[in-house]
Amino acid sequence: MALALQQLINGLTLGAVYGLIAIGYTMVYGIIGMINFAHGDIYMVSAFIAVTVFTLLASFGISSVPLSLLVVLLVAVFFTSIYGWTVERTAYRPLRGSTRLAPLISAIGMSIFLQNMVQLTQGARVKPVAPVLVGGIDILTIDGFTVRLAYSQVLIVVVTVALMAGFTWLITKTSFGRQQRSCEQDRTMTALLGINVDRTISLTFMLGAALAAVAGVMVTVYYGVVDFFIGFVAGIKAFTAAVLGGIGSLPGAMLGGLLIGLIEAFWAAYLSAEYKDVATFTILILVLMFRPSGLLGRPEVEKV
Amino acid sequence: MMLQLSGVHAHYGAIHALHGVDLSVQVGEVVTLIGANGAGKSTLMMAIFGQPRASSGRVVFDGEDITGLPTHEIARRGIALVPEGRRIFPRMTVMENLQMGAVLGEETNFEVDLKRMYTLFPILEERCTQRAGTLSGGEQQMLAIARALMSRPQLLLLDEPSLGLAPLYIKKIFQIVRELNRDHGMTILLVEQNAHHALRVAHRGYVLQHGQIILSGTGRELLANPEVHAAYLEGGHAAPAAQPAA
Repeated sequence: MALALQQLINGLTLGAVYGLIAIGYTMVYGIIGMINFAHGDIYMVSAFIAVTVFTLLASFGISSVPLSLLVVLLVAVFFTSIYGWTVERTAYRPLRGSTRLAPLISAIGMSIFLQNMVQLTQGARVKPVAPVLVGGIDILTIDGFTVRLAYSQVLIVVVTVALMAGFTWLITKTSFGRQQRSCEQDRTMTALLGINVDRTISLTFMLGAALAAVAGVMVTVYYGVVDFFIGFVAGIKAFTAAVLGGIGSLPGAMLGGLLIGLIEAFWAAYLSAEYKDVATFTILILVLMFRPSGLLGRPEVEKV
Repeated sequence: MMLQLSGVHAHYGAIHALHGVDLSVQVGEVVTLIGANGAGKSTLMMAIFGQPRASSGRVVFDGEDITGLPTHEIARRGIALVPEGRRIFPRMTVMENLQMGAVLGEETNFEVDLKRMYTLFPILEERCTQRAGTLSGGEQQMLAIARALMSRPQLLLLDEPSLGLAPLYIKKIFQIVRELNRDHGMTILLVEQNAHHALRVAHRGYVLQHGQIILSGTGRELLANPEVHAAYLEGGHAAPAAQPAA
């Protein structure tokens, strides 16, 4: 019982991070119909930016946790968005209008490039960061097992919920959100209404990267270590989350992220911690086989 | 001169769809372009927006050469299109579709323009929170026209607005075309298969065949022209293109 509660907390935390990354996959798929395989590596880059800025701030003697968190978040979001923009501009836009496979291959190339770039410039070893947010609340103890809610977990969940609320508002209520959605439905018609479609696509990439950046910062705070390969695994899991929720659906990405996080946590606790990644990939295969449109995907009938 | 096409060639994939089209629209005119299915009418409309881009020839709007401009920049010059097949955004509400049309307009005009559209098309007000994809064909056409008007264009392009609509809606569409031109001074280029209606509402008309303009004249002249009559009017009367979908 206590273990289950603890894994529920851990799973929700993990799921929040996957959800944030999954939104980037699903939005890009929605607007240009490609899987951005470099998205996980964008998240990895942001984790490295976070490590760098945390270390810098510490060396300046800034010890206020809220202040350093805020600065790191802003810097990471800013630079990671630029990465997102650059990846689209250099690797995908030139291939627009060519075959569907071309940008996909380009994305894999971009992913390898980012991994190698970080490996070369930052080293292949695991990079630790001094604990930023330590401590937590002991919720209850049963049979000597204490269920603990770490402050970093609270931070992750609160930030994620706030971001998702803001993001939902942005997509459903603002002019940019409408343009983003109209591009998903009919890009040519959107251009005919005077909207710069390329710009909307660029902004979509930046937005996805910004959310991944927040996930990267959160994970750095949570685990305290990063390496150049974290983007691959997290990327594939978030991609699975997006597929599980229904690729192209924003609420689906959020839901899928949560589910993958929970499944992974419980699998690790009750079945096998070593094989926890198997759980995710089993789900990916099952969903693709039996329900390719995902949980909230849209095989919708429309009058034309 | 509001719009002037000179020697426009365009390719649609491997198909050479337009073979040197010359066409002009003056301020305040309703000009119609009639022709059979596959004559290149829609390609011509889209070529004005650079989709596909004219492979040779020039498109001049309001004195400016717009041939090479990106599509959204052409729209920003003040041309709005009601495309073939309407192309409303089906998963957005009626209101959101109208907001999309108003992206280029001044924000301060929005409420006024919205009210104007609701007066013109009362059905849209009733349906304003409904998903556009759930509207009937005729209602979708009204929405597509309203969306185009929300940007307050100088030139309105209508591509087969009566296609597939019930007779009642066809009547309404042509009535609105006439009204927009007469009461609001809107300049309109109208592509139609329904040649009879189109020529009656238009000041001038062009006949497009195999990507070339083969005839032009005032609406009345073309209506009286025996060739036009044989090719586009009698057939059109015997078997109206309008199959009620709504």
